[in-house]
Amino acid sequence: MTAATRLTAGWRSSGRPAGLDEHLDRYGPLPDRARPGALARAVTEAGLTGRGGAGFPTGTKLQAVGARRGPAVVVANGMEGEPASEKDHALLSRAPHLVLDGAVLAAEDVRAEVVHVCLPRTKPGLADVVREAVADRQRARRDGVPVEVHELPHYYVSSEETSLVRWLNGGEARPLGGRERPFERGVRRRPTLVDNVETLAHLALIARFGPAWFRQAGRPEAPGTMLATVSGAVDRPGVYEIEVGTPVADVLAWSRVREPAGAVLIGGYFGTWHDLADVAAAGMSAPQLRRAGASPGAGVLIALPEGACGLSETARVLGYLAGQSAGQCGPCAFGLPAIADDFAQLAQARASGAVLERLDRRLGALPGRGACRHPDGAVRLAASALTAFAPDVHAHARHRPCFAARRFDARGETSSPAILPVPAAAPDEQWAEGGWS
Amino acid sequence: MSSRLDLDPVACAGHGLCADLVPELVELDEWGFPMLRADAVGPDLLPHARRAVSTCPTLALRLVRTRADRAPEHR
Repeated sequence: MTAATRLTAGWRSSGRPAGLDEHLDRYGPLPDRARPGALARAVTEAGLTGRGGAGFPTGTKLQAVGARRGPAVVVANGMEGEPASEKDHALLSRAPHLVLDGAVLAAEDVRAEVVHVCLPRTKPGLADVVREAVADRQRARRDGVPVEVHELPHYYVSSEETSLVRWLNGGEARPLGGRERPFERGVRRRPTLVDNVETLAHLALIARFGPAWFRQAGRPEAPGTMLATVSGAVDRPGVYEIEVGTPVADVLAWSRVREPAGAVLIGGYFGTWHDLADVAAAGMSAPQLRRAGASPGAGVLIALPEGACGLSETARVLGYLAGQSAGQCGPCAFGLPAIADDFAQLAQARASGAVLERLDRRLGALPGRGACRHPDGAVRLAASALTAFAPDVHAHARHRPCFAARRFDARGETSSPAILPVPAAAPDEQWAEGGWS
Repeated sequence: MSSRLDLDPVACAGHGLCADLVPELVELDEWGFPMLRADAVGPDLLPHARRAVSTCPTLALRLVRTRADRAPEHR
């Protein structure tokens, strides 16, 4: 397979946001307004799944919102809480109109009266690009629904769909603990469709070119293309558009992976570590990766260079994830710092007591006990590190650090540059309401 | 028609009264937060489970009906 250029057409030559005219030249005009529900059927036929990480069938979601009574709301999720992912930012800053097309078409299909675009506050230039695109469309009188652009506080958990709903309703950008889902009652208690911005861009292309065209790329059980963010031990890190199902080894080869790379992190910080040899032939799709115990998540691939300590990298990410807990649920607020601390001790080969037994018990006790999947994701990452780096784990547990970890200083920071990008552990803004942390 | 316990993890403050009242169904983790058994609540435990629900200081616990006619959800 080769790299695809559906969403990324013209990115390399321009290096700036495509204006409305350029966008229409590239993709053609929007199709005539269809009956509500028609796009949901086309998207179902196309087999598009959510590109934000969860991989839920997009057509099913459209149908669920469209089937509710009364006017609906569409939320375009461009929060990209995953620190190792850059694809939503890249997409919005190069092809904002493609995303807006998708959001407006989805709104027409589910009879929504407003579109909210949610962007991280930490990337102010991004909101300017999108606001300008919205203003251009207003001048051209293109859209039948108003589009509002919002900048939200940027936490790992702010990307969660109920966090967006809560914030748009005047609360904090933390996951909701209630039992209602946004498609039933979301923004202003209206049925609410929350879709990742890349998902909406694909939807805009399905509306133009049809399900059969969409299925020309990818695999029958996982069709289309996807954006992937590749980093770590590669000479050309960045965002790549690939056909869904492209082997991991091909994606790494295109980004010029430095040999020999030992391990790879697939899916992001809720993802899993693997020995590269075990997953090199596996395709980047949910069904193919599932067999290897992995998930494409938001399309993140990180190659760990030889000579880096996977346990130290994982410990830093777990520390970050613990700090990013919304602090609402006890098991997450207390459990995540506990496993992050266990991992830090293990990484420094200074673990007290039976650290592996303790970790095993804690990792088993946390999944499924939060209002969102934050603890589940952190546990999945930690558990995969214990497997993928098993020889190091046992050496570290006996206070014999691997070569790379011997460069750890007393404060638990590596003296060599860290591989995985980890923002400061403490959120820059504190939650205003009560919480455990 | 059978029932099982259900917890709202945001509302739960870890008072732990539920584990005192129905230890057969609720175990506390090392930080004092309840871990529920997924099993249906048998008729012998139902009065205790109801008391645990009504005693919870933060109203985090409830009894939900499990429909026997519905296929079990995949995890």
